[in-house]
Amino acid sequence: MLHIYCPYCGENRDQDEFKAKGEAHISRPLDPMGCTDQQWGDYMFFRKNPRGVHHEMWYHVAGCRKFFNMTRDTVTYRIYETYKMGEQPSVTAESLAGGQS
Amino acid sequence: MSTVSSKKSASRKVAQSNRLTRGGRINRNKPLKFSYNGKTYEGFEGDTLASALLANGVDIIGRSFKYSRPRGIFAAGAEEPNAIMQLGATEATQIPNVRATQQELFDGLVSNSVNGWPNADTDLMSYIGKAGGKMMPPGFYYKTFMYPESMWMTYEKYIRKAAGLGRAPAEWDPDTYDKMNHHCDVLVVGAGPAGLMAALTAARAGARVIIADEQQEFGGSLLHSADTIGGLPAAEWVKGIVTELQRYEDVLLLSRATVNGYHDHNFLTIHERRTDHLTDRAPLNMSRQRMHKVRAEWVILATGAHERPLVYANNDVPGNMLASAVSTYIRRYGVVPGNKLVLMTTNDDAYQTALDWKLAGRDVVAIVDTRANPTGALIEEARKLGIRLIPGSAVIDVEGGKRVHGAVCCSIDATGSKVTSGKEVLTCDTIASSGGWSPVVHLSCHTGSRPVWNDEIIGFVPGAAKEQRLCAGAVHGVYGLGKVLEDGVNAAQQAVAALKLNQPEVELPSTFEPVKSPAMALFYVPHVKPVSRAPKQFVDLQNDVTAGGIALATREGFESIEHVKRYTAMGFGTDQGKLGNINGMAIAAMTMGKTIAETGTTIFRPNYTPVTFGAVAGRDAGHLFDVKRFTAMHKWHVEQGAEFEDVGQWKRPWYYPKAGESMHDAVNRESKAVRDSVGILDASTLGKIDIQGPGAREFLNRIYTNAWAKLDVGKCRYGLMCHEDGMVFDDGVTSCLGDNHFLMTTTTGGAAGVMEWLELWHQTEWPELEVYFTSVTDHWSTLTISGPNSRKLLAELTSDIDLDKDTFKFMDWRAGTVAGVPARVFRISFTGELSYEINVQANYGLHVWEKLFEHGAKYNLTPYGTETMHVLRAEKGFIIVGQDTDGSVTPFDLNMGWAVGKNKPFSFLGQRGMQREDCVRDNRKQLVGLKCSDSSVVLPEGAQLVDNPKHPVPVPMLGHVTSSYYSPNLGHGVAMALIKGGLSRMGDKVYAPLRDGRVIEAEICSSVFLDPKGERQNV
Amino acid sequence: MQRFSGFGLAKHALSHHENWQRMWRNPTPKKEYDVIIVGGGGHGLATAYYLAKEHGITNVAVIEKGWLGGGNTARNTTIVRSNYLWDEAAHLYEHSMKLWEGLSQDLNYNVMFSSRGVYHLCHTLHDLREGERLVHANLLNGIPNEMLDKDQVAREIPALNCGKNARYPVMGATVQRRGGVARHDAVAWGFARGADALGVDLIQQTEVIGFRQSNGVIEGVETTRGFIAAPVVGCVTAGNSGVMAQQAGFRLPLESHPLQALVSEPIKPVLDCVVMSNHVHGYVSQSDKGDLVIGAGIDGYNGYGQRGSYNTIEHTLSAIVEMFPVFSRVRMNRQWGGIVDTCPDACPIISATPVKGLFFNCGWGTGGFKATPGSGNVFAATLAKREAHPLAKPFSMDRFYSGALIDEHGAAGVAH
Repeated sequence: MLHIYCPYCGENRDQDEFKAKGEAHISRPLDPMGCTDQQWGDYMFFRKNPRGVHHEMWYHVAGCRKFFNMTRDTVTYRIYETYKMGEQPSVTAESLAGGQS
Repeated sequence: MSTVSSKKSASRKVAQSNRLTRGGRINRNKPLKFSYNGKTYEGFEGDTLASALLANGVDIIGRSFKYSRPRGIFAAGAEEPNAIMQLGATEATQIPNVRATQQELFDGLVSNSVNGWPNADTDLMSYIGKAGGKMMPPGFYYKTFMYPESMWMTYEKYIRKAAGLGRAPAEWDPDTYDKMNHHCDVLVVGAGPAGLMAALTAARAGARVIIADEQQEFGGSLLHSADTIGGLPAAEWVKGIVTELQRYEDVLLLSRATVNGYHDHNFLTIHERRTDHLTDRAPLNMSRQRMHKVRAEWVILATGAHERPLVYANNDVPGNMLASAVSTYIRRYGVVPGNKLVLMTTNDDAYQTALDWKLAGRDVVAIVDTRANPTGALIEEARKLGIRLIPGSAVIDVEGGKRVHGAVCCSIDATGSKVTSGKEVLTCDTIASSGGWSPVVHLSCHTGSRPVWNDEIIGFVPGAAKEQRLCAGAVHGVYGLGKVLEDGVNAAQQAVAALKLNQPEVELPSTFEPVKSPAMALFYVPHVKPVSRAPKQFVDLQNDVTAGGIALATREGFESIEHVKRYTAMGFGTDQGKLGNINGMAIAAMTMGKTIAETGTTIFRPNYTPVTFGAVAGRDAGHLFDVKRFTAMHKWHVEQGAEFEDVGQWKRPWYYPKAGESMHDAVNRESKAVRDSVGILDASTLGKIDIQGPGAREFLNRIYTNAWAKLDVGKCRYGLMCHEDGMVFDDGVTSCLGDNHFLMTTTTGGAAGVMEWLELWHQTEWPELEVYFTSVTDHWSTLTISGPNSRKLLAELTSDIDLDKDTFKFMDWRAGTVAGVPARVFRISFTGELSYEINVQANYGLHVWEKLFEHGAKYNLTPYGTETMHVLRAEKGFIIVGQDTDGSVTPFDLNMGWAVGKNKPFSFLGQRGMQREDCVRDNRKQLVGLKCSDSSVVLPEGAQLVDNPKHPVPVPMLGHVTSSYYSPNLGHGVAMALIKGGLSRMGDKVYAPLRDGRVIEAEICSSVFLDPKGERQNV
Repeated sequence: MQRFSGFGLAKHALSHHENWQRMWRNPTPKKEYDVIIVGGGGHGLATAYYLAKEHGITNVAVIEKGWLGGGNTARNTTIVRSNYLWDEAAHLYEHSMKLWEGLSQDLNYNVMFSSRGVYHLCHTLHDLREGERLVHANLLNGIPNEMLDKDQVAREIPALNCGKNARYPVMGATVQRRGGVARHDAVAWGFARGADALGVDLIQQTEVIGFRQSNGVIEGVETTRGFIAAPVVGCVTAGNSGVMAQQAGFRLPLESHPLQALVSEPIKPVLDCVVMSNHVHGYVSQSDKGDLVIGAGIDGYNGYGQRGSYNTIEHTLSAIVEMFPVFSRVRMNRQWGGIVDTCPDACPIISATPVKGLFFNCGWGTGGFKATPGSGNVFAATLAKREAHPLAKPFSMDRFYSGALIDEHGAAGVAH
């Protein structure tokens, strides 16, 4: 069971309090009606689903009710960081491959 | 309490023929009676069921799974493969598959063996096992029982009957289980020498420590050890350490508590058995078992090692045992499980068993050492006691059926790969074997860490740590008491350093370390015949897996160790291969000409030992399985005899039957009352979300499909919500309370989802909109009065709300006082009648409800439930999201295009989705009404509709009936259906072929059956 | 191929079982094949078998990074049924169901398919309504399905609590009596043995690390044992499909999640059917060995670790004890996890891809086992003809653009 640091509450809490919400940093197209069916389908359904470092969104549903982001390894389940909505990750697959974190 | 034990035999006392007069950690002053297979026996406090059975000379405790061979107790702990018992004195307290070696004896314990017919001693199945055994190599069932096809399930019935161990009780569990959460700095798993030293070190450093051990007392191997520590007998030393640990406030000592699972992020579960050693059923007010859920900063695994048995022919005959188990029974329980012992060993450690046997005053026939020239302190001691030593040899076969009669001893070559010379039969009744030690790496495996083979210690050790995990002692191959104690200190010191605590003073006690010679790696004892022809050489006793079976599996192409495991079922038993797996993997490697390191190992999964379902469920079963939500008027509904419907977590009144009324009668009465006069519905369960902030209005514009820019204060509007795919997922009325203040209502079941949906979009996409959401569902009671007399009724209870039809219009709301209580009254309608939804603070809900009834009697105010609500809304063609929609329906499919804004500047959620190629097809399923040609018929909800019921199967389907009720107001059934292209097929006939064979004809019509102009609500 | 039978067993017993043949060879990969199948699980092996058997294409390699049948095939709860709601899905799963019936004989390998009945419990009026909808749809699609009332359920499943005291009392159930369970490993091994006998190369311990393509056309696969050429490649890698698609340069509408399962210790027969409850979130059957086989809900986060979270197990066992209070004292032996690739509509993808000649069969989510023969059968036809089999057509990736989704969340059984 994951142990998750909520960046808003500033505490590590049990996974029980949270809900995983899938891939993070998916922006809604600014002009939906200008999108083709393909572009709209890509936005709604097609995902990175990486094996390894992943940026995903979580919801502190039984806590502060805030959505936030997490950088997590989908194989080891190690959590590298959590960060607030609107912020960018400081750990990425590239930064880890490059030896920086 | 009925008792399963036989009364007849209760008086017969069987002597404890194998019990020593002295020694052991048992209390001879406290005899305990217990029954096994209907016979009464006596043991002592401190016994396990296994030690007590051995004390009483019980050889056969069960029959094997596949071949029905007689089996005896083999080990003394969690690794026991054979002694699997059915426990329980009453039906409700039956427990299947209890390991006798782990069950503490208590007075009145009732046990039975799980296999064997008529009994375990004389099992008729064994004749089949003997005769058919040759026909049952691994995987035989894949190769037969196929013809004829129709016979498989008959074969299977007999296979199922023969399989399985114990049985589930037929009655419900009377006991309760609970859970406890912990956080700690250091969790020490295992309270043997390494674990105790680790816990002591961490405790002295001031760390918050939990130390857990599966046994009833701390000490692990020290409880049966001949060693001294710091000049004290080992068990005395343990007592001192435990006493010190108990003094620390931040140290939690858990005995009878197995750390059974090691999960991500250092989360571990500990299964504590609180009462299984006391009685069958937990004492009053005490939970039977408890799951401790621990989040540990550091974990120190001090789980020790299990002794590995040797694999030789007929090594399953009762009387074959693990060497260390024999020592345990002698030293800890004062039980010698036989008279004449042959010990076979590959190492020095097991010599202790022969010494213990001899000192117990019984005969050691010989020590058969597989090594050519064993030397060392223990060997010298054995020699001094005059024990015969046969080096360079092995017991290759066993004589005896229900008990060992003799050990067939031959010399073997230096690598143990073949028999070199002729045999000697050693007459004996017990054969103890030791092939060395297998570290208990199970928990580290749970974290995904693959164990690594270590040639030096001849065993797998934990792989690289995936968590903040340390190892101490035998679990990672550190042997020798002094080294183990030191290793415990070292592990704790590492944790202490990482925790940034001060290192405490810990002095290592003195120990005696005998000089030992190297052990021999031997996983298979050769026979004069090749493995395929030798008598059965068991690797996994519980699943009857033999060396020959493993060799056959590899010969048939099962070369991955996982394939071998699955094809032979090795390690699939309740012991999960604790004894057999390493030997089995080694035999697989050997037959393929590979090394063990190359072949690798299978992965152990949780649980380390089995865990009661009830303990995992804890209190979250029965009436606490899921929250029940009640409205403020619930008590009233119950008193009126309402039947309830589960809607989400809510208990909603379904209908209010009067004496003698059927549901149909009640619903007809309620439905008519509303249309004729006035009815009342408890609508408190509808989700309510208070929305405030300057961005609220714009937010609603984006989240709803329709426009909200112009909704004035005091007005209400119905809205549809879609996901980005354009499919409807919720609906409800939202009212404007103030310029920047709205109250949204949602469906009962959808409230939490809508709340999350609002937060999601606000927090992730539109944080620039200043808007706040508060769930207020529970804050308000909603009392809906509906019917032509509802205005009159309400007028009697309010003086400050002007109910004039022209000032307080349909889709308006007003604040004021109702029955002396502040209220918001919404003139909205889900019945098509003149309706008022009265919202008051929840704690006034019942008061106002009762006041309404005081005044409503003269209007025949009738409470109605969800069923009548459905009838009334269906008469009007109002939809229920989730019933008339299923996630594949757009607003246009619902013929609700009027609720989709055409000129909204912001592209609202769902707008783009509902315009995709497939969503604008002509032939989509559309919501229409259905009227049966025979007006007395009510279509069943869920019926599928077709154009041609005579079409051969598969019949092309048009859609299905989503809602259908008998309308007492119209005198016929009313139904709604989603039908392909339905909106352009008005007047067409469709057919519903039902599962009972009837075919119902219906006509597609408007879904508004009653008052199509909406005049009734505009009065 | 050596034929298996009871007589054969007796004969081999006389020669101490020393003369059994290998069930499959361990071949060195050729440089080139007509078709390469990536993934040696049940679906991949079935694809290879039907390619050889029904389409005469035998120059085929199945490339497996681990051991045959070692992924979800080895980890599922072995339920077989075809009671899906929508026509497209119902026809596909029913095609599979028909292949199950007779599969042991076809393969000459006892896969132990046992029609012990699959019950879906209804606990609310909504469940009953959806049950009726499903049963009626199934019947019109030629798939027998029945609706039982509460008393019938209580009679047919004595261990189940059908009392009013349950938190969500049982109100009825649908039952597909032809549904049941099969022995999961045997399915993989049976197809493997059958495919091998027809000439298919089963190449284990070999990982595909890339797809070689030129101008958008597939040329073969890069593996840990070098390049292997083929004009047609079918990728059947379940939980790993997203990773394979990434290697081929496109994305899929999939997310890979842990799905856990657990078994009790073996006990004497107490449950002779499969019981599923979407509302209480638990499902259970009893294996021939006596274990209660229990499926947990899916874990919400993406995960390739073959592990899930403990709270999922807790919720599952709460549900089981709630449904079957007599199981409370039974003990859980082992738990494990698989990696399931879930689609937004809980239906699979059997589809051409942006790379010509490269086809994917994935997205089976939580319910792939039951489809094993059918999936292999239609995918084999798809690869042989290089165009979608009629039953596979609705499961093209295009549906995620057009909007023609086939929403089977209700029928899929496990809460997504």
